[in-house]
Amino acid sequence: MDRDSARLSRRAAAPLLWAAAVAVPLGFLAIFFAWPVAALVVRGFMPDGVVDLTGFTEVLLRPRTWQLVGITLTQAVLGTAFSVLLGLPLAYLLYRRSFPGRSLVRGLVTVPFVLPAVVVGVAFRTLFAPGGTLGFLGLEESLAGIVVALVFFNVSVVVRTVGGLWERLDPRTEQAAASLGASPARVFRTVTLPSLAPAVASAASVVFLFCATAFGVVLVLGGVRYGTIETEIWTRTTQFLDLRSASVLSVMQLVVISGALAVSARARSRREAALHLVSAQGSARRLSWRSPQDVTAALVGAAIVVGLMVLPLAGLVARSFREPDGSWGLGNYVALGTTGERNALVVTVWEATATSLRVALTATVISLVVGGLVALVVSRRPRSAGARRAVGTLDGLFMLPLGVSAVTVGFGFLITMDQPVFGVDLRTSGLLVPVAQAVVAVPLVVRTVLPVLRAIDPRLREVAAVLGSGPGRVLRTVDLPIALRSIGLATGFAFAVSLGEFGATSFLARPDGATLPVVIYRLIGRPGAENYGMALAASVVLAVLTATVMMVAEQLRDERAGGEF
Amino acid sequence: MAGLEVRDVSVRYGASSGSVRGGGSAGVTTAVDQVSLTVAPGEVVALLGPSGCGKSSLLRAVAGLEPLSEGHVVYDGEDLAGVPVHKRRFGLMFQEGQLFPHRDVGRNVAYGLEIQELSRAEREARVTALLDLVGLAGYERRAVPTLSGGEQQRVALARALAPRPRLLLLDEPLSALDRQLRERLAGEVRVALVETGTTAVFVTHDHTEASAVADRVGVMDSGRLLQVAAPGELRAAPASDRVAEFLGLRG
Repeated sequence: MDRDSARLSRRAAAPLLWAAAVAVPLGFLAIFFAWPVAALVVRGFMPDGVVDLTGFTEVLLRPRTWQLVGITLTQAVLGTAFSVLLGLPLAYLLYRRSFPGRSLVRGLVTVPFVLPAVVVGVAFRTLFAPGGTLGFLGLEESLAGIVVALVFFNVSVVVRTVGGLWERLDPRTEQAAASLGASPARVFRTVTLPSLAPAVASAASVVFLFCATAFGVVLVLGGVRYGTIETEIWTRTTQFLDLRSASVLSVMQLVVISGALAVSARARSRREAALHLVSAQGSARRLSWRSPQDVTAALVGAAIVVGLMVLPLAGLVARSFREPDGSWGLGNYVALGTTGERNALVVTVWEATATSLRVALTATVISLVVGGLVALVVSRRPRSAGARRAVGTLDGLFMLPLGVSAVTVGFGFLITMDQPVFGVDLRTSGLLVPVAQAVVAVPLVVRTVLPVLRAIDPRLREVAAVLGSGPGRVLRTVDLPIALRSIGLATGFAFAVSLGEFGATSFLARPDGATLPVVIYRLIGRPGAENYGMALAASVVLAVLTATVMMVAEQLRDERAGGEF
Repeated sequence: MAGLEVRDVSVRYGASSGSVRGGGSAGVTTAVDQVSLTVAPGEVVALLGPSGCGKSSLLRAVAGLEPLSEGHVVYDGEDLAGVPVHKRRFGLMFQEGQLFPHRDVGRNVAYGLEIQELSRAEREARVTALLDLVGLAGYERRAVPTLSGGEQQRVALARALAPRPRLLLLDEPLSALDRQLRERLAGEVRVALVETGTTAVFVTHDHTEASAVADRVGVMDSGRLLQVAAPGELRAAPASDRVAEFLGLRG
């Protein structure tokens, strides 16, 4: 009898632990995501506690609103189309062909995606400004200029998502098609492209999401003349204190994004469909200068890498070493120890850098705990159909913050976190900004760790259990060591994302607790050549910090496991 | 009774465990249909049958990896219902893909020993002895991906035997190997099991392999156990045409 009761209590402990593993992330999501978003919606529909749609009709009747929606969608469609069009040849070049220096180019192509939006904005602004290298194109504060910057950002998403699948496609299906008389173009159209379609669709929907919610780039590049729903929410809130219009616009933004997310989720589930995949090793052939498709891919690739990536970044670095009087020097970097010309800032840039690092560290810890638990729970395949559905729902729930823009998160925090949460006043505890950044980073952690946990052969856990390991020991000796590299990569991702986070932070950071991106944006908004020079130098510092973190983390990427980003 | 007793065990898929009694409803597959079987201590019994006949499901049910819809799995007189997988002190070996990729050969074999309270020296001695038993002496520090398919299965066998399981379950352990290697290894597995006095259930779809490894062979088809007997007996007096067919006695 005693043994039976001991056994029962042991068996009861496991479900309790799983319940806790589900409850912690769900609680986080409820308080820091669902509540702020719900508060936004309520504020839009019921400004004074009763349903009042006048705010809605008022905003919807403004021609400017529809203009903003139009610009947002045009920007997202163009950004996505060009990212996919340019990304495919580059993916072919970098994942199906081998050539000297390929890993270097692969690394270079990754850089834009992890660069903070504010830095990218500043780099292209410098390029397009009158007197800049591409000033003659007249792209300053234009839709075209912003689309170029968005493509710069997102082409790497396409290259990595599609390339990761492409290099593991079994080449034998293509060879079979060729042996049946199909020309290379026909093989690509009838065999390769359909196999890649799920990855292309998945990448396109993610890119669409990023383009539709782009904030930092648009704010920095668009100036006063150009705006999207996203920047309008910010302007309405911070410049005109018109919280009501901002709420209505946030609701509109949610609708646009939910649609895109639904498409993304469907594409992702199809992506795991039955494709015959092989090891990536040795699937790439040498680049051939005699093959027209190789030459085309190489030319397009070179144009993208040099024109779209090297030029703006090199331009940024070069300009950061130019003194206001046009001579070369370190003046801009020396000025980082000051608060800028005419005290444009409350803190020095170095102080802001320290704040950034501290905030990013806290945010990383939070997102690893929450995201790690989600990945763990969602990677399980429970026996009962009901539990399986619940796990699927949880998976979907935690993708939501990826779609809801950082600006919406920041704005939502602004209107809800002005009161203590469970007795903790987040504003004074210094946790407000890290928590907001963690909301943004958690989906990335989940998407990085989950594929690896899912790819673990269930037989390994079964063997471990039969050999005497209880559930906890199986986790510690099988799941953890195998997922360790991806957890390291996720740590780097979360840290880099937090360092560069601007959308939510710009709403929440106090002037004396400004982070590096916030300081950069403030500097370019203030008059004075010295301030602009400081912004350039600070951008270089931020870019170097993020790139270093990502380079260290990338060393941990497990080439076998793939993953979404 | 000592050893393994399987009493009227059924395994069904497509429904939560125990929720469907008697089977037959839509969407529910009966993988194992009221099978009874005993395995005496030290005995090796092979389960022979075509793929999908339920032999692997039965094995997983004995290991505790599949819930029983009906019946009992009893070991040394103790009903194992409610005893979780890791408390059963059984061993398990799959067809392939079961070695821990993040551990070298020695640490794979040591995995089950790390849970037992053994000194480091005892553990190392046991690992050495088992690698020796399966013909891989000196392979301790080798990485898993550098092994051939046959070597991987030898490591898996050593790992399964290391904690001295009271019952070893082998699920088509040789089926991923080429024919020649399979025949040779079948003999070696038999020797390893007999030498260590291990009680074992060996699942296979190959009748020569079954005869080479087992003391008795059980023939399964469509979830049912048709006949259990020593290989020679089975050959001499198959209970039905189906049994004779699986033994390769008829086309």
